Amino acid sequence: MIEFFNLPILINHYLILSSLIFLLGVIGIFLNRKNVISILMSIELILLGVNINFIAFSYFSSDLTGQIFSLFILTVAAAEAAIGLAILVVYFRNKGTIDVKDINVLKG
Amino acid sequence: MYYSILFYIFSFFVILSSVGVITSKNPVYCVLYLILAFINSAILFLFLNAEFLAMLLIVVYVGAVAVLFLFVVMMLNINIEEKKSKFLKFKPLSVILGSIILVEFLYFFIMDNSTLEKLSNTPNLEQKNNTISLGNILYTDFALLFQMCGVILLVAMIGAIVLTLRKRPGVKKQIIKNQVDTKKEDVIEVVSVKNNEGA
Repeated sequence: MIEFFNLPILINHYLILSSLIFLLGVIGIFLNRKNVISILMSIELILLGVNINFIAFSYFSSDLTGQIFSLFILTVAAAEAAIGLAILVVYFRNKGTIDVKDINVLKG
Repeated sequence: MYYSILFYIFSFFVILSSVGVITSKNPVYCVLYLILAFINSAILFLFLNAEFLAMLLIVVYVGAVAVLFLFVVMMLNINIEEKKSKFLKFKPLSVILGSIILVEFLYFFIMDNSTLEKLSNTPNLEQKNNTISLGNILYTDFALLFQMCGVILLVAMIGAIVLTLRKRPGVKKQIIKNQVDTKKEDVIEVVSVKNNEGA
């Protein structure tokens, strides 16, 4: 047990962590089929996993470009959350519900 | 050794709160778990010498995005959803997805770390403050992308305002054009009042 904690943290650990978070986000999209807000939060989780991946590679290869990319992902995520929530508010105002299964107006 | 234990503790909390985000029934708890996940990943970023991005994650995500989520959740008054197992409905898709992730995991376990060499010649992380070296390449090599980020945020802000703006009847608002266009004759009336007969 002590030897296990003495092992150095390599990029493998961060990759496993980031892909677990990514996977949990994807599972969240499939699992929460009721709220659109839950789907938006799952997308945030996915972007967090991608950010961890980029920053881990940036650290272990001594290249700052990964952190720059993570900065841009953060920007796009903030814009996406704002627009998504605005669309959600407008939809709720028109329909009175944000259930995923009620959003089928375009379905023939 | 402490470094490894701290990494395991904080990554455990990140995964635990991510599970909480996707399994909580109450959307408010989902948002709070999301905040916990963001704070713990900010601490993990500190382990990776990314101090600026750790602080940015706390300021932008916890301070702005999560609060925006919380605001919308409380404003929309969603009823708490009932728990239903819908895993079976997506069985083929989840099998494909799960096998892809499994292959990735196996690759991470057997991966050779020695292939990770210095990929390019950006300023090294240890030489200066993280914020300084980040700014040095953000404003020179990536200046155009940085400008584009500003445009994206501007478009998002205008879009969000335009989407949620609405005109409701019966609400008093300040209309500046009417205020400026008002003439003196419209609002001032000169009356001659006789002595002892004023209102």
